[in-house]
Amino acid sequence: MRPQTAALSEAQVWAWLDDVPDPEIPVISVVDLGVVRDVSVLDTAVTVTITPTYSGCPAMSVIAMDIETALAKQGVTDVQLKTQIAPAWTTDWLSDKGRARLEDYGIAPPQPAGGPTRCPHCHSDAVEKVSQFGSTPCKAQWRCTDCLEPFDYFKCI
Amino acid sequence: MNHLFEFLLRQGDNALVLGHRTSEWCGVAPALEEDIALANTALDLIGQTQLWLGYAAEVEGEGRTANDLAFRRDAYDFRNMLMVEVPNEDFGRTLMRQFFFDAFQVPWLDALQTSSDQRVAEIAAKSLKEAKYHIARSAETVIALGDGTEDSNARMQAALAYLWPYTGEVFVDDDVDRAMADQGVAPLPSTLRGQWTATVTETLTNANLVQPESGFAHAGGRSGKRHTEHLGHMLATMQTLQRSYPGAVW
Repeated sequence: MRPQTAALSEAQVWAWLDDVPDPEIPVISVVDLGVVRDVSVLDTAVTVTITPTYSGCPAMSVIAMDIETALAKQGVTDVQLKTQIAPAWTTDWLSDKGRARLEDYGIAPPQPAGGPTRCPHCHSDAVEKVSQFGSTPCKAQWRCTDCLEPFDYFKCI
Repeated sequence: MNHLFEFLLRQGDNALVLGHRTSEWCGVAPALEEDIALANTALDLIGQTQLWLGYAAEVEGEGRTANDLAFRRDAYDFRNMLMVEVPNEDFGRTLMRQFFFDAFQVPWLDALQTSSDQRVAEIAAKSLKEAKYHIARSAETVIALGDGTEDSNARMQAALAYLWPYTGEVFVDDDVDRAMADQGVAPLPSTLRGQWTATVTETLTNANLVQPESGFAHAGGRSGKRHTEHLGHMLATMQTLQRSYPGAVW
């Protein structure tokens, strides 16, 4: 921890939060995921507003804790976390950087058409749904009929 | 009677009781993919429960929390529709019930998005996204099983016969519904019957299932007057920790 002397900027806090990985999909940050909705700074006091992806997502409490820990490491200890549910989270808020990283990691990014456009491994468009649900509330299971690899698809909501 | 509190309990208890029933499949579903799907559906419903019961506790203003309402009320204080508390029986009945529930929830939550109560509108908007995802799967599965093998068709027809008398309760308006309609919080449930019936008839026809003609409806869950004998057994399991160690936290 280092002492916080200079005035904090909101851009600085956003940058720090962009280093906080999503606990379930560590390849993207909580900012990429669109979970961080607002940051406001008053002197050394920081308020971060977050929104749940799914109403029952168990990662939310971990995300809140990770944000507090990350800011504490930067010397920011006066942190208030607010949760809001409106407007409801949508996959439209995933950043372009996040979408690209998801695919590199083997998770097909969400598509408005409701299914992945291609296999994240071999890029074939011969894909089929295995299940509408997957290992976390935000994912579904698909597989590629060319390379035969199963993969996660980030549900589009 | 605090009508808004009663209304919120109905929303929260529907989600809680169906969420718990659905979670009973965790680890024992017929296939891994179905196990995961059921667990995820249950998780969404429990998440919605936290939002509804959290607001209910605030409106009540007695210092209770969503957890207190979920784990420290007895059967006669629950306000869920009877359909969600009956036992799962088999995978077919579980999915048939989910479909009946979803076919109501989607237009219901859609209407609640324009509620005069801001919090109700926000919770509805959040929950609606999940309900729409649920009905895509429950309707698809009802069709796959109804229009499947002789055995799966017979089981779905049996599930339909068992559940049908439980589907009408939600459309019978009472004083709470009328108070909510007067205040612009929610539409009268009876006004959604046509839309529900259209969705159900279309899916059952595609599923090669025969819709029962009886209009008889069990009632008593939404008012709390008369639950089935099954709810108490379910709560005994669900609430055992808080009943044994009241106020326990971890």
